[in-house]
Amino acid sequence: MTQQPILEVRGVTKSFGSIHALRGVDFRLLPGEIHALAGENGAGKSTLMNIIDGILQPTGGEILWQGRPVRIASPTAAQALGIGFVHQEIALCPDVSVAENIFMAATNISRSPLMDYRALERRAAEILSQICAIDPRRLAGDLPIAEQQLVEIAKALTLDCKVLILDEPTAALSQREAEALFRIMRRLADRGIAIIYISHRMAEIFDNCDRVTVFRDGQYITTMNIPEITPDDVVKAMVGRVIDDLYPPKASPGSIGRDTVLEVRNLTDRRRFHDVSFRLRKGEILGIGGLIGAGRSEIVRGICRLEGAVEGEVSLNGHPLALRDYSDSIRAGLVYLSEDRKGDGVFLDMAIAANVSALDIDRVANAAGIISDADERAQAEALGRKLNLKYGCLSDPVASLSGGNQQKVAIAKMLAVGPKVIFLDEPTRGVDVGAKAEIHRILRDLAGKGTGIVVISSEMPELIGLCDRVIVVCEGRISGEVEGPEMTEENIMQLASAALPRGQVA
Amino acid sequence: MESSMNVAATGSPRSGGLGRLLRMRETGLIAIILVLIIAMSFASPYFLTWVNIRAMVMAFAVEGIVVVGMTILLISGGIDLSVGSVTALAMVIAGLLFLAGVNPWLASGIAIAACTGIGAIMGVFVTKVGLHHFIVSLAVMVIARGLCLLGTGGRPIGLYTLPDSFKFIGQGSIGPIPVVILIFVVVVVIFDFLLRRSTAFRRVFYTGSNEKAAAYSGIRTKKVIFLTTTLCATLSGVAGVIYMARFGSAQPTFGMGMELNVIAAAVIGGASLKGGSGTILGAILGTILLSVVSSSLALLDVSVYWQDIIRGSILLTAVTVDHYLNKKRGRG
Repeated sequence: MTQQPILEVRGVTKSFGSIHALRGVDFRLLPGEIHALAGENGAGKSTLMNIIDGILQPTGGEILWQGRPVRIASPTAAQALGIGFVHQEIALCPDVSVAENIFMAATNISRSPLMDYRALERRAAEILSQICAIDPRRLAGDLPIAEQQLVEIAKALTLDCKVLILDEPTAALSQREAEALFRIMRRLADRGIAIIYISHRMAEIFDNCDRVTVFRDGQYITTMNIPEITPDDVVKAMVGRVIDDLYPPKASPGSIGRDTVLEVRNLTDRRRFHDVSFRLRKGEILGIGGLIGAGRSEIVRGICRLEGAVEGEVSLNGHPLALRDYSDSIRAGLVYLSEDRKGDGVFLDMAIAANVSALDIDRVANAAGIISDADERAQAEALGRKLNLKYGCLSDPVASLSGGNQQKVAIAKMLAVGPKVIFLDEPTRGVDVGAKAEIHRILRDLAGKGTGIVVISSEMPELIGLCDRVIVVCEGRISGEVEGPEMTEENIMQLASAALPRGQVA
Repeated sequence: MESSMNVAATGSPRSGGLGRLLRMRETGLIAIILVLIIAMSFASPYFLTWVNIRAMVMAFAVEGIVVVGMTILLISGGIDLSVGSVTALAMVIAGLLFLAGVNPWLASGIAIAACTGIGAIMGVFVTKVGLHHFIVSLAVMVIARGLCLLGTGGRPIGLYTLPDSFKFIGQGSIGPIPVVILIFVVVVVIFDFLLRRSTAFRRVFYTGSNEKAAAYSGIRTKKVIFLTTTLCATLSGVAGVIYMARFGSAQPTFGMGMELNVIAAAVIGGASLKGGSGTILGAILGTILLSVVSSSLALLDVSVYWQDIIRGSILLTAVTVDHYLNKKRGRG
């Protein structure tokens, strides 16, 4: 390759105390390419991006910008060079308009003492029109997560950047929104902008990127041209071993019983979902597909009474349930794993053991309500072993764990109460390939042992690979159901996006 | 074994028992207090006498009961600015009832119940109406002080006929130990234990650490916050009654600025205004530290005005050090 890289990293190391986050990594980014960065959580991707963005300073090695060595002292310096970074975490000001959020940086350096809101809104509308239809006058905090993510991307587009870093931008996006984003990425690349794209989703990398660089354990492994390789090559480079099957085997036809574990009839919440009915059979994993905002999470949260009263009937093993709130639901054996792990799934600053016992603390306490430290540890240890949780010490805060292991803690928390049905909302979002396969195996195992498993996922391959049957939600109603060979991306997409006339699908 | 919740007890995965102990907030505070005491015992021969120690402990013991309530409320994510005036109100209510011929024990019970009621009202405004603790308790602070002044005409009420049996809780001793200190120690030991080990208070930690995650764990977080708000006011009432027994009077202007002292002590002891962390032991050590500093400065003849400046600086230092330790932890 003779083209001069816009950005080149040579032998960069970074250590935090005794921990080596990066051990002499190399990375070359060419103008106009979409370059995927792959690696498990903790492989060093984020550290390197933070160094390129000036948030962290390298311990050793050098960074070349258009062939010249540079020191990127701060994110402002990175912006000045032409580096834009869309972080995975959304950092919008919820109380101001979308337009003001998009031009926050521009407003900050503007000399004008007054705000010209009309111009701001017009320019914001122009930029947003490239991506999606969001009213620039709305408050950022009122938007659903997916649209907030798009606003973050719009924000980066306002900067006249030559390098754009996108850290898992599709984690919160639906397929359709993600595809729109990929089209935008390609347009930007065609204009000569180099894009660094971080994602755990292999399909996205293969459909949209030109090259991929793989890191493992803080080391540079390889850079490959996407057209010349298969996803297996990338996975192999990432984990340093072959993952035989990304998904565990499905339940054999005989192992799914005739018994219905959970039956939902005519569940309705006036604003968000209507007339939802479905059954979960013993031994199966039921998927819930649909676009973000279709009402998937709302339905499941409605079943568990997490958001007030709903109409309709829920019965467990044939017995109708009368639930008033979520603590009733937990007692009955219906538990919900939230999609926003850091926001409301775990207690980040609390100990692992204390997290695991959160759903029913009485289990590890005596009749007088005094917690037994030993019992609490034993419970966490047993579940930790079952889920292959990697941790230093049970009294460490959950924040000290990797994303995959945090998610395992959240799952352990559910399992601690011996649930009859577990609803998992995006159970593997932001989780690396290895941990993801492990979580899938755990779910299959639980289903095989009789626990009802319902999985909401925006990731098509996950729905198809993991579930035995998928129901699809569209605009607050169940628009259809697919099973066996009918479970294809096309069928699910069609049900999810085209609102079918009511009654057409069984 | 220390509680797994202890904020400062969370170090690198390699930390063993000793390293963990060394990193604990409490250990650091004890060390600072010991250094101060040793230094002061050289500076002033009076410092380590029984009379001075007793006076120091008496000075913070009753306020320490309020610190307990405040720490629990802070852990749940709340705050209460009204503790000083609610304490005074308890004195005034009990004092006025006593003057009206009510048995002093019954009068105290009514006063404490009234404070509990005030806490419950604050709890309703916070959990049902959805207002912030800061604003609600700021309003109640002013209202309760107004009630004190209204009830007494702004003058202290002398309660010269309080029976000795009642004054005993504020002025008596069992052996060499004043009853006030015994009550304080009992309250601290009970609540420290409960906070570390009881399921009820574990729910307080869950709620303060992440209210939404707690709700998603089936915890009735509004109820938890309502109860911690109420408990803090109840303990303020208890403190007010003990003060009345100790002073033999009810003082409508008592406890002005107490809330700041109490919050400072809890925060120096490791409680966070964001909720989710704090221990009773730490908060009491924070109280002791502030008290030892005050006493030392007084013995060294430092102006009262300087004392405030120094206390404020200690608070700022403690919080800054904690902030940096947290940041360092977050990076590992």
